[in-house]
Amino acid sequence: MCFQQKMIHSLFLINCSGDIFLEKHWKSVVSQSVCDYFFEAQEKAIDVENVPPVISTPHHYLISIYRDKIFFVSVIQTEVPPLFVIEFLHRVADTFQDYFGECSETAIKDNVVIVYELLEEMLDNGFPLATESNILKELIKPPTILRSVVNSITGSSNVGDTLPTGQLSNIPWRRAGVKYTNNEAYFDVIEEIDAIIDKSGSTVFAEIQGVIDSCIKLSGMPDLSLSFMNPRLLDDVSFHPCIRFKRWESERVLSFIPPDGNFRLISYRVSSQNLVAIPVYVKHMISFKENTSSGRFDVTIGPKQNMGKTVEGVVMTVHMPKAVLNMNLTATQGSYTFDPVTKVLTWDVGKITPQKLPNLKGMVNLQSGAPKPEENPSLNIQFKIQQLAISGLKVNRLDMYGEKYKPFKGVKYITKAGKFQVRT
Amino acid sequence: MGIFLPLVWFRHDDLKEMLDSNKDSLKLEAMKRIVAMIARGKNASDLFPAVVKNVACKNIEVKKLVYVYLVRYAEEQQDLALLSISTFQRGLKDPNQLIRASALRVLSSIRVPIIVPIMMLAIKEAASDMSPYVRKTAAHAIPKLYSLDSDQKDQLIEVIEKLLADKTTLVAGSVVMAFEEVCPERIDLIHKNYRKLCNLLIDVEEWGQVVIINMLTRYARTQFLSPNQNESLLEENTEKAFYGSEEEDAKDAKAEAAVLAKCKPYVMDPDHRLLLRNTKPLLQSRNAAVVMAVAQLYFHLAPKAEVGVIAKALVRLLRSHSEVQYVVLQNVATMSIKRRGMFEPYLKSFYIRSTDPTQIKILKLEVLTNLANETNISTILREFQTYIRSMDKDFVAATIQAIGRCATNIGKVRDTCLNGLVQLLSNRDELVVAESVVVIKKLLQMQPAQHSEIIKHMAKLTDNIQVGWGVAGPRERGWQQCHMSEGISQVPMARASILWLIGEYCEHVPKIAPDVLRKMAKSFTNEEDIVKLQVINLAAKLYLTNSKQSKLLTQYVLNLAKYDQNYDIRDRARFIRQLIVPTEKSGALNKYAKKLFLAQKPAPILESSFKDRDHFQLGSLSHLLNAKAVGYQELPDWPDEAPDPSVRNVEVPEWTKCTSREKRKEKVEKPFYSDSEGESGPTESADSEPESGSEENGSSSSSGSSSSGTEEEEEEEEEDSGEQSEDKEEEEEVEKRPKRKDKEGSHKAVLGSAGSPSEEEEEEERAKKAKKKAPQGRKGRVETSSEASTSESSSSGSDSGSEAEAKQRKPPSSKASPKEISLLDLDDFTPSPVQPIPSSSIISTSLVTDLEGLTLTDSSLTPTLLSPAFSAVKTYELLHRMAGEGLAVEYCFSRRPFPGDPHMVAVQIQISNNTDTEVKNLRVNEPKPLSGMRIQEFPEIEHLAPGDTATVVMGIDFCDSTQAANFQLCTHTRQFYVSIQPPVGELMAPVFMSENEFKKEQGKLMGMSEITEKLTLPEKCQSDHTIVQQLTSAANVGRVPCGASNEYRFAAKTVTSGSLVLITLERREGSTAQLTINSEKMVIGTMLVKDIIQALAQ
Repeated sequence: MCFQQKMIHSLFLINCSGDIFLEKHWKSVVSQSVCDYFFEAQEKAIDVENVPPVISTPHHYLISIYRDKIFFVSVIQTEVPPLFVIEFLHRVADTFQDYFGECSETAIKDNVVIVYELLEEMLDNGFPLATESNILKELIKPPTILRSVVNSITGSSNVGDTLPTGQLSNIPWRRAGVKYTNNEAYFDVIEEIDAIIDKSGSTVFAEIQGVIDSCIKLSGMPDLSLSFMNPRLLDDVSFHPCIRFKRWESERVLSFIPPDGNFRLISYRVSSQNLVAIPVYVKHMISFKENTSSGRFDVTIGPKQNMGKTVEGVVMTVHMPKAVLNMNLTATQGSYTFDPVTKVLTWDVGKITPQKLPNLKGMVNLQSGAPKPEENPSLNIQFKIQQLAISGLKVNRLDMYGEKYKPFKGVKYITKAGKFQVRT
Repeated sequence: MGIFLPLVWFRHDDLKEMLDSNKDSLKLEAMKRIVAMIARGKNASDLFPAVVKNVACKNIEVKKLVYVYLVRYAEEQQDLALLSISTFQRGLKDPNQLIRASALRVLSSIRVPIIVPIMMLAIKEAASDMSPYVRKTAAHAIPKLYSLDSDQKDQLIEVIEKLLADKTTLVAGSVVMAFEEVCPERIDLIHKNYRKLCNLLIDVEEWGQVVIINMLTRYARTQFLSPNQNESLLEENTEKAFYGSEEEDAKDAKAEAAVLAKCKPYVMDPDHRLLLRNTKPLLQSRNAAVVMAVAQLYFHLAPKAEVGVIAKALVRLLRSHSEVQYVVLQNVATMSIKRRGMFEPYLKSFYIRSTDPTQIKILKLEVLTNLANETNISTILREFQTYIRSMDKDFVAATIQAIGRCATNIGKVRDTCLNGLVQLLSNRDELVVAESVVVIKKLLQMQPAQHSEIIKHMAKLTDNIQVGWGVAGPRERGWQQCHMSEGISQVPMARASILWLIGEYCEHVPKIAPDVLRKMAKSFTNEEDIVKLQVINLAAKLYLTNSKQSKLLTQYVLNLAKYDQNYDIRDRARFIRQLIVPTEKSGALNKYAKKLFLAQKPAPILESSFKDRDHFQLGSLSHLLNAKAVGYQELPDWPDEAPDPSVRNVEVPEWTKCTSREKRKEKVEKPFYSDSEGESGPTESADSEPESGSEENGSSSSSGSSSSGTEEEEEEEEEDSGEQSEDKEEEEEVEKRPKRKDKEGSHKAVLGSAGSPSEEEEEEERAKKAKKKAPQGRKGRVETSSEASTSESSSSGSDSGSEAEAKQRKPPSSKASPKEISLLDLDDFTPSPVQPIPSSSIISTSLVTDLEGLTLTDSSLTPTLLSPAFSAVKTYELLHRMAGEGLAVEYCFSRRPFPGDPHMVAVQIQISNNTDTEVKNLRVNEPKPLSGMRIQEFPEIEHLAPGDTATVVMGIDFCDSTQAANFQLCTHTRQFYVSIQPPVGELMAPVFMSENEFKKEQGKLMGMSEITEKLTLPEKCQSDHTIVQQLTSAANVGRVPCGASNEYRFAAKTVTSGSLVLITLERREGSTAQLTINSEKMVIGTMLVKDIIQALAQ
């Protein structure tokens, strides 16, 4: 009578040095030794990001994710959609992040009881139960310094003594009885440019991906609708469950009763017909010489089509070839570091002023005797442009129904580099 | 917390003391430490007795932590765990639903076999709890119990069946999960709930959506026909239709049609369409698992033309975490083999960045290779060129293989690729060279003659590729060679490949080959085993083709091999020597040596490792692993013949029966309209009021109308092609089983006039034409026309007294307009190509109807003689003229589904103003329903002139009880307190089932649920029809066909909970009879017995 069950059986949290620092079982206990298969795969994969997310062992399947230097390894016994588990594990990590401000080993160890209570609520018999942060916060209060002091004195607890009525309502993402003295609703329109620029500076591939992150602190049960000046720009959209799909389909208006607090309202892709304006250009000259075991490195970054806004927060990261021993560079602006172990060059440029373009140049020392590197490294660029949505998306208006007060409303636009890579 | 840990194991006594104290804070502290121990995987089981005592602790956090502990250790300490059970049992009875739920949750999580019966009882009880949240918890508990004791399966299936019927979104996901774990094979349980699940889907929480979608994919594969089955046939048809259209006359066309008749054009089952339509919005979910689930559903179920929509969503997921990317890319790789066109627009999204993890890079490469075709190959190759210079050598190797695959698949670029690869042979990295050699070898095998130059070039390479060493050291291949043990580099493989090439094509390089053999003979002892084998191979081939130059070398090599350490090599040497060197002993094989060695060898096929992976359900673990995982449910093949679609029919009275009726008539092969033999004409009309679509269907109908546009277009295309075969098909179809067709009317009508279809067909065509968009309404309309021609019954139910005998009756007021149109059609016997086009209102009406009814056929050919019976409506007084100060209000139960909410009983209210002033603002006010009862007020009547009468309908959900519903009736001046008390017979709605179904259901409702009563039938109540009439007037039930002549069966479901009520009346000798009622609602059963006996006695 060995009936195996679906969904998540156990969860192990493992740090980078291979310590299992937390385990939780939703059914009968699975021995820690099952993780040996995982360690084996990890060893084989050489670097962490190449550990296969799904590992098959004689009796179990291990599905794992890697987040913030922690492996979340779940043990599965039977067929289950792998994405189901992966998505759930990420949701667990998100919840920790939300509760403790970071999803690190120390944070988890310091709050082990809360972690345990959370895991208990999030899964029942291995099947997700309450994953909405609003409901969880009703059940288990997040730790704050003040509360932990009070708790230690009075012996009161983090567990909410109210029952989670949100679970019963048909809008499970919002908790009941929300009250604020200042009612505010903020929307951050964040767009990221993914691009591959080839050697000659022409764009191989470019795309804009955007999200709207919201921070809603409104009392009661507000019903919001957010409309855009140019909704047609949004090509492919994915929604928070609170959004009324029909309304979007018919009117292109985002209509929703928001969750309380921070959440991601939508993420979208801007239709590919629109040409993407690339806000920076990079001039580069990287070469390695065969015989002298040295090379030259010269990179200049400049602004382009930036619509009158400054490009700031520019950082360039380069994974140099293995043969590179050291780099002697001078930066006209900002500072650079080169890590000889990981071979990563990071140049923190800061703001670009068109009058004086930032430049980084100097010599590269190669391992003597080794053949010169075949390929020039790609440059990964990060930047930020405030007050600009590169796609031109604009929020038209935000209306609130259902509540009487006047909320404070704010929209912020920001453009960032996503996966922005320059091939050299 | 961490600081305590090293000490904890020695301080268990401490902890026990703390747990025993009466301070909550101490207890809490102790529990926290214990939980911390559990979290670290340390054993804390010796604290069990001390902990379990606190299970009833008042402090909620202590309690929760005790639960955590209990669930973890109960299995190990079964006896002690039993101590806690009573606490939970008490919790199960708590008035607060959340406490009930959590008690059930913990109770079911304690894995102690001895409490199985308690759990079973608790689950059963919770499954009929008022609170959906508790019912959800019950659904969660089912798999837990099942894993504890699989003998409970049958009982658990019953609970699942019950919960499947639940109409709340909260329960849906959980119960389907339980279904999947306990009884995934019982697909029959889904039938009745299929449409409901489709309609609820969008509101179910995201995890439940995944489970439901996966289950429905499997379901659809068993119940519907493949939407792509006719693709090839269809193309054929188009051609023929094209040639035949002008010159040939209709007769020829008909003959041709007969030939083509077997390939029926495919018409998608509306239920199939419903599923596709309702899942599509979920592609926009933020949850990757949901998106993937919908994507696989579309991939496995949608017609080819529609699958494309998923590509965009899947590409979106590539922005997500790398684990998500990994899984999605695997699935995209499989899909892109089958449906390349789908992802082509997104080609660039699969371009590789140097920062991608290697495993992602390799998967993207796979997809790019699959997507390569003549038009985009140049861009892809340019992209590949960048990849080849990558620092990630595993990735470079994979790229070279990908180039090889592109070269094999696309002839146009074969030479370009080959040249590119040859250039790579001078690469400094030997791994790159080696991989190139292997790929070139495969390519050359396809057309060796043209490439002797390359073979020469490669022959020279043997010198360059030396025995295993390297700067980077040999590394394992990530990709296809991953099965090889670590340390074997590609280099020996490359040498072996070159040797094989030279041997195979030695006639192209006659000068070089012996020289290579000479060199290899020199280094033979230092070579790897695979190289040695190829040296022997080369020697043998040269011996056969050029023995003069190579005889001695061959002897030498074979001698070396004879004393090799590896027995494989020794064996091979011996074998080859025997085969090629003629001796006196050598056998017949010797003659054929040349044929054996130098036979034409087929070129290897370079194909994706993802080919044919789609026999696993996409998105599943098994697909990812490319091996069947434990518990994987095979995705069934499409059936050849669609199973009976009527099984999904839910009790929607009016229109289900007409089909069976129609069928019966077809069987006797009489035109409908002459069928007026004695029995009264059916007065069934397929339409109900437009708003009668319930909420669920309402939503689907609205989206349906928008999407129907595209559907129709497609449909039309098919139509054009399949034109000729149409009427033949039609016949077949009619004979077999009526099938729904969208919008075929126009073609049909033309054909009808040209050919000589039977009147019956014409009839049907006309009827069809009349509705056009209404896929299923056709049946109803045909019925309507036949009824109209008999012209016995009128559209209003007022004369139903005489009609009451009829086996079929109709609701009191049905729309006259559709009938008129059908009537018109009917009188018009000369078929005319121009058909009257029905008004839009009719279309919408029937559309709603269709969406609600959706299916029509009944598998059995026995006519099911059912209809919501309706005899003279009993009216009740709500407000007397006197009490109401001139306002008289009467009400009756119209016995029709209440629009907007299927759980409400429709109450028709007639208000007459007997005063001499106008009554204004007549409305319902302050309904004060008892717990659970709901009232849907009628819209306010603004004014009612003196002497006027208004009729309105309101809906009341009586919660299956005969408690009165109290509310106020207000005018602009007065308020009247009134109440409506329903007779028990009105709390139900008829159900249509076959005799077998009836028996089956009855079998489930024995024992306590069965009530039997003997009675004597009075004189005047002996005939069949009076009995039926009396019974149906007492209760709103539907008649079930019955084989025995002395038995009458009726079935209904209670309106709120949908519990079955089955009535059997059996006549015995004389005037005695026995009445049996089976229903799990015992109160209703008892009251109903009383009412029926009273009715029959009258």
